[in-house]
Amino acid sequence: MKKYLSFFRLRFAMGLQYRTAALAGITTQFAWGFMEIMIFHAFYRADAASFPMHFSATASYIWLQQAFLVLFAAWMMENEIFDSIVNGNIVYELCRPVSIYNMWFARSIATRVSKAVLRCFPILVVAAFIPHPYGIEAPAGWLHFFLFVLTLILGLAVTVSFCLLIYVLTFFTISPQGLRMVFISAVEFFAGAVIPLPFFPEKVQRILELLPFAAMQNVALRVYSGSMSPAEMKKAILLQVCWLAIIVSAGKLLCTLAEKKITVQGG
Amino acid sequence: MKTICRTAKLYLHYVSINVRCMMEYKTSFLLTAIGQFLVSFNVFLGIFFMFQRFSTVEGFTYSEVLLCFSIILLEFALAEMVARGFDTFSGMVRSGDFDRILVRPQSEIVQVLGSRFELTRIGRMIQAVVMFVYGILKSGITWDFRKICTVVFMLAGGTTVFSALFLIYAALCFFTLDGLEFMNVFTDGAREFGKYPIGIYGRKILLFTTFVIPYALIQYYPLLYILGKRSSALYMFLPLAACWFLIPAVLLWKFGVRHYRSSGS
Repeated sequence: MKKYLSFFRLRFAMGLQYRTAALAGITTQFAWGFMEIMIFHAFYRADAASFPMHFSATASYIWLQQAFLVLFAAWMMENEIFDSIVNGNIVYELCRPVSIYNMWFARSIATRVSKAVLRCFPILVVAAFIPHPYGIEAPAGWLHFFLFVLTLILGLAVTVSFCLLIYVLTFFTISPQGLRMVFISAVEFFAGAVIPLPFFPEKVQRILELLPFAAMQNVALRVYSGSMSPAEMKKAILLQVCWLAIIVSAGKLLCTLAEKKITVQGG
Repeated sequence: MKTICRTAKLYLHYVSINVRCMMEYKTSFLLTAIGQFLVSFNVFLGIFFMFQRFSTVEGFTYSEVLLCFSIILLEFALAEMVARGFDTFSGMVRSGDFDRILVRPQSEIVQVLGSRFELTRIGRMIQAVVMFVYGILKSGITWDFRKICTVVFMLAGGTTVFSALFLIYAALCFFTLDGLEFMNVFTDGAREFGKYPIGIYGRKILLFTTFVIPYALIQYYPLLYILGKRSSALYMFLPLAACWFLIPAVLLWKFGVRHYRSSGS
């Protein structure tokens, strides 16, 4: 466990170095969040009765989504890992007495968390000063805040384990391009990054909520403003834990399979 | 006239080299094209499901929004296909490849344009054309010669404005050596948020996009004319007026070239 913690610390410190990139990211995400809210506001003006959640809850959803974008962005996969599999550098990792799955897990989490730490506070602070209903609201209650943090962590773990599944599958397909592309667009859409899940028609939403994609950002961002009932929250958190267990065990299984008959490409 | 002909011929030669080069890696080309398609298809699905719930937004119906989105997507894809060289220009400055361009007796802009030609954007274009046809069939517009002209002007003006933005992005690399990520707000952001008619974003954004970066001239105003919400012929020519944006872009580029100091090894 200690070695994975040090992997985490190493990557975390590395991620904190990229401050200018973070500044650029913050500006972009501000503009993005602002425009996104204007779109939803236009729809709200057109037909407030059809709106599936409070407008202020939607605004909170969008600001949180922008603040924690790097935790859940599917396109933020690590090229280093893909490269090491394609060009054969992976052998150096395989020689070490560590499980590459756990190492990748620690390292991916560290990269995402370090980037999020740099970016989230400026966005959240400014969003808090934007007048109601366009800004971010306080959480619905202490319980909701606690559950928000919990589901945020679970969601991050699900996202990372899903990315790891793609890394591991690259052992079999060699070229990551195709898989990666399909995976990224599926996650973006089904996780609620394009439009929040409540905005889908009810039947579609009910199916989408069972998928592993809904266990990523969807739960945390909706729990925060209290737009889920206690029964719904319980079910959503349970699903998160289940999916995490399933995806991690599938990833580990595939990883052992891959390690057994790995062919190293290149020299 | 002769020089223009020669430059055009040279550019076409560059294009043919790029296309042949890409065709050597057919699978990669196909996958990238599909990837491009999937990204904008997600945006389409977002619009589709929003309109399952809401019937109009600011008086625009589903098919009208699709028409708007398809035109902006087509403009953007065309600009990206042609001016992709500017988008990846920071690499050229950093590696010192731009020195090689400077010593050749041809315009720098043509050479940078010719360095990349992204045929993969065809994935986006196909989607845009399909949505465009659907939008036309469903929105019940009575077409006449003037409206067809307006669409052509929109495509020409839009491609010019987006190309000018890429040119500014590249010109800034002369000063910063690295691509500036916040410029994405104006390029990718415009494609992303241009899916809805700009009028829905409120008066301030509309003013900004009319007088500072002329997105509204290539999207909102001519769209109103096509949909019959405005009848003044002035709206028809606004997309062409938007081409003024190319002037500051080229000036900035010229200034940048003079300021350029080789950084390569």
